[in-house]
Amino acid sequence: MALEVILFWICSVTSVVAALFVILHRNPILSALALLASLFAVAGLFITLQAPFLAAIQILIYAGAVMVLFIFVIMLLNLQKDPERFAPQGVPVTLRFALGLWVFIGLSIPILWTAFTWAMPPTPGAYSVSHLAELLFDQYLLPFELTSFLLLVAMVGGVVLAKKS
Amino acid sequence: MIGLTHYLMLSSILFSLGVLGVLLRRNLLIIFMSIELMLNSVNLAWVSIANFSNRLDGQIFVFFVITVAAAEAAVGLALIISIFRLKPTTHIDELNQLKG
Repeated sequence: MALEVILFWICSVTSVVAALFVILHRNPILSALALLASLFAVAGLFITLQAPFLAAIQILIYAGAVMVLFIFVIMLLNLQKDPERFAPQGVPVTLRFALGLWVFIGLSIPILWTAFTWAMPPTPGAYSVSHLAELLFDQYLLPFELTSFLLLVAMVGGVVLAKKS
Repeated sequence: MIGLTHYLMLSSILFSLGVLGVLLRRNLLIIFMSIELMLNSVNLAWVSIANFSNRLDGQIFVFFVITVAAAEAAVGLALIISIFRLKPTTHIDELNQLKG
């Protein structure tokens, strides 16, 4: 039990610090690497939430495929450091900070007000991937098939958009 | 003791950081990464609620969110490449014309 608490705090602090790095650093490559660290930390949180298969999927797809795509595009476009971090023109920066803070307050107040009396931690060791597979291939079969179609459309779209005309 | 509130608060912090990234930064790729951050925080909320309510449906939804995020990344990065070919910048304030 104590191990779970330690893992939660390590992973949550890592993910928040890495997310701050993503949005504040001027070098896009370092932002991408910080996003990678944040995704890994969330995968660790999935393990504390007894979803080890999702943690593996998170690392394989997000950290593996999507981040490679990001870093590949940054290197292809040969992006340098941004000259300025926040654009001075347009809406003032303080107003943008205030808007972000407003979103945070609006999200956190309902969470802190709700008691979550139904929330019970499940018995450890009850997790099995086969339950997930039964649910995915039985009750959620149609969305699963639609997902494959979505991936096909995205693949064709990516090829067509990035092709030289 | 770590409860559901901890996980949901962490999720809301990560989501707000993503929103802040979209609002503050003017680099197209950083904005894109902030969107990934927001999708990821929503995944965390799904998994924590699925865990604490003893149901697996939330985890199934995370599969779909991850798939949609991957598709979105592929199409979005292709769009960024084709925009960059038209006008070599990723600064969104310079991309303000309807006609290329």
